[in-house]
Amino acid sequence: MFGYANPERFWRLSSLLMPWVWGATAILFAIGLYAALVASPDDYQQGATVRIMYVHVPAMWMSLGAYAFIAVASFVSLIWRHVLADVAAKAAAPIGATFTALGLLTGSIWGKPMWGAWWAWDARLTSVLVLFFLYLGYMAMWAAIEDRTRAARAAAILALVGAINLPIIRFSVEWWNTLHQGASVLRAGGSALHASFLYPLLIMGLAYLFLFGALLLVRIRTEILSQRVLADQRRRAANEQLTSPIESEA
Amino acid sequence: MDGLFQFGEYAGYVWSAYGISLLGLAVLTAVSWRAYAAAKRRAGSLGDGNCS
Repeated sequence: MFGYANPERFWRLSSLLMPWVWGATAILFAIGLYAALVASPDDYQQGATVRIMYVHVPAMWMSLGAYAFIAVASFVSLIWRHVLADVAAKAAAPIGATFTALGLLTGSIWGKPMWGAWWAWDARLTSVLVLFFLYLGYMAMWAAIEDRTRAARAAAILALVGAINLPIIRFSVEWWNTLHQGASVLRAGGSALHASFLYPLLIMGLAYLFLFGALLLVRIRTEILSQRVLADQRRRAANEQLTSPIESEA
Repeated sequence: MDGLFQFGEYAGYVWSAYGISLLGLAVLTAVSWRAYAAAKRRAGSLGDGNCS
């Protein structure tokens, strides 16, 4: 598996994959938005606000998924010092942070007509807000430490410590008496949603997943190129330092 | 087409949620591609625009 994580192999493989992943993302969004805004019925209790679920729930799935990805990549980076692991973790963070922000915002928009409040300090909402701050902290760690190796290590440790928040978010609705409803799709005993709501949600979930993959490929490639440029600049600077005494003697 | 996109009293909430989501994802996509294009230009000025 690590063989494919070699930067040059990754580059070749991602060149082949990118058009397909972006194409699939566009198609899934087109189908998903049609299913969510046109084909899906209104809910008998929530009315049309049930349609907000099709952008809120996939954003939250990807928010948690992206953080789990960062945690696994950070673990691989710390233990095996794999070249691409910290690159992949760093590339995934802004994507995960955006999904988390969108999940919080769309949840808030749904909460106003359904709960009568934009925000409540309940366990699920608060733990997701903590996740958003973890993403910001992770990105700030990368930005604040100049030495890349030290930044990767510090950010990886933060990501692994922060991973404890993932089960807290997942089970917060069971452990505490929360305003937020319990799991209705990924739960023991199968989904509680009727097919007319479940299929649009799953299609939008796939669209968000493919978008995450597509953006991740672009951002990893950007990071690989940036590191190449940086390495080249350092090499040139080192060469100049080596050659300048000779030039001055001549 | 009558009845399509008729979200009644909740229309403002539904469209706001979709608008914010699409705007957020579009900005993230645009920023990512711009950074990629800039990195490619910088790498191109070194002699090649790819990794291999």
